[in-house]
Amino acid sequence: MTLTADAKTSDRQAPPLDDIDGPDAPALRPTRLTVGHVVLGAGFLLAAAIVSILVGPAGLPAGAVLTEVLGRLPLVHLHSGLSATGVVVVWQWRMPRMVLGGLVGAMLAIAGASYQGAFSNPLADPYLLGVASGAGLGATLVVVGAPVIGQIPSDLLPLAAFAGAVLAVTATFALGRSRASERSSASLLLAGVAVAAFFTAVQTFLLQRSSPGQLSTVYSWILGGLSTAGWGQVDLVLPYVGTAILVLLACRRLLDVMSVGDEEATSVGVRAERVRLVVIVAATLGTAAAVSVSGLIGFVGIIVPHTIRLLAGPSYRRILPLSVLFGAGFLILADLLARTVLSPAEIPLGVVTAFLGAPFFLVVLRQARRLG
Amino acid sequence: MLEIEETSVVLNGTTVLSGVSARVASGGWLGLVGPNGAGKSTLARAVAGLVTYEGRILIGGRRQAASDWRSRARAVAYVPQRPVLPPSMNVTDYILLGRSAHHSYLGAETAKDRRVAAAIVERLGLRTFCQRRLAELSGGEAQRVVLARALVQEAPVLVLDEPTTSLDLGHSQLVLELVDELRDEKGISVLCAIHDLTLAAQFSENLLVLCHGRAVASGTPADVLTEVNIRRFFGAEVEVLPSASGLAVTPVRRRVPVLTAAVANLSPNDRHLNGI
Repeated sequence: MTLTADAKTSDRQAPPLDDIDGPDAPALRPTRLTVGHVVLGAGFLLAAAIVSILVGPAGLPAGAVLTEVLGRLPLVHLHSGLSATGVVVVWQWRMPRMVLGGLVGAMLAIAGASYQGAFSNPLADPYLLGVASGAGLGATLVVVGAPVIGQIPSDLLPLAAFAGAVLAVTATFALGRSRASERSSASLLLAGVAVAAFFTAVQTFLLQRSSPGQLSTVYSWILGGLSTAGWGQVDLVLPYVGTAILVLLACRRLLDVMSVGDEEATSVGVRAERVRLVVIVAATLGTAAAVSVSGLIGFVGIIVPHTIRLLAGPSYRRILPLSVLFGAGFLILADLLARTVLSPAEIPLGVVTAFLGAPFFLVVLRQARRLG
Repeated sequence: MLEIEETSVVLNGTTVLSGVSARVASGGWLGLVGPNGAGKSTLARAVAGLVTYEGRILIGGRRQAASDWRSRARAVAYVPQRPVLPPSMNVTDYILLGRSAHHSYLGAETAKDRRVAAAIVERLGLRTFCQRRLAELSGGEAQRVVLARALVQEAPVLVLDEPTTSLDLGHSQLVLELVDELRDEKGISVLCAIHDLTLAAQFSENLLVLCHGRAVASGTPADVLTEVNIRRFFGAEVEVLPSASGLAVTPVRRRVPVLTAAVANLSPNDRHLNGI
């Protein structure tokens, strides 16, 4: 019963169809990540990072800033000539903000791409299963509860947002996972809608009874931003975001298999429900961590994966790694706009991404209709 | 070799398959026939491990563990009735999905996987399609591509659920002929649910007739496909004619209206006028 399907045995048979030119079976070239794509993505990220370090309201000379940064590299000894304040601006303000923006952007983009794959739904984004409403409610509870519980520690808000996000997605999962025989993911999506509506209702109720000051605090958190970024926040999210990104990257080929639907994926040996669970857990924890320090930044999870899809094709082997690079670069640039366009005032980061994202989203919709 | 022993399937409290047994030798072809809703697809899906069942299904004499999806994928390849074809995926990537259970779970295809797939691609005459997107294929091409994806699994059992449903006569023949050649060449056991009784008779070594979830007849096509059986199980009036390549099942147009008493009461003249 051993099957022999190597090139030799098959070539002895006259192929019944079409023309076959040579005796050798041609090498099949599956879609893989190419060096060109990685160089392009890494170049974009590096360029965004450099511009973001060089530009800012402090008006530091670009050359000096660059020398300062290069001087910190191992084995490089340079003196930038920046003042002590300048050094603080570069290392305590611009650098952590850039790094945090990169982490958040990478996380949101890869989470969006992964959700799109796991649910075979091009319009899925990282907030699909209730992350946003849960985090929003968590943040609202802290802000509204502040007068009651007195002085709040500064990192309580991210913690509450994180907990709220995880709670909301857990609720979605508990409610949406119906019978084991139910192979459709539709019930999960519907549960996500219901949970989000419920959490948002509670949040709206609390806000409606809160003071204008609290309302404005919550509102500005919801719009998203990195204006309070510091190394502490980088330390806070890095373990979650780093792990989540690695897990999702490891699942990239499995997401390609899932595009043929749960049943056929199972028939070739990939348990779709299990992959979906792993992807949801990783994407949710990473997104919740990102959101807890950045607020609700919309559209990154849609814009970035779809742009990559248009450029590099439908394979998640390309989309996921490139989402990390382009997502990070995109959010760093968006944050640059957010803090410089109306300087010294800041535009909420969520406004910048949505301002770019909404028109783009319409293009994607048209594209999806044409393909669908 | 595929052995199905006393297999039953209950879906949502309804018994859709009840105590079915069958056996397909290596290099054998068992055709599953029966009216709509008889349980053909359910039996196919049970063999592919896609529904939970009671009873035993043995492949090469060994029972498949319900939870070991990868080894099952190496034992059974399954072509569903309506395969999902992601429109923008290319043919190469799609066919290589069938190798998922052969290379490491998270890893990429090895050179061997690509060699095996290349041989199947060549065998099915798909070389020129490799870089096409699935959306650009015609129905017949798509069915060959799906067949290729199943064959690269190198499984000893191939389960086909109505592989010719959406195909014209020529493409139906072509797909079945390809399966038949590969069955012969590689000793694959084929289990094929199929509606067209003439094609079923031509390609199957044995037939199993399912009706309301039960096996009601089995044997060679000539034994099973009698006019009496077909009237009984399918409610169809047919003529079974011997032919060079087996037998041909031809529907007979019923002259006496059987459905409506009102129609039956019309005078012969009226019947003629109404075109009945």
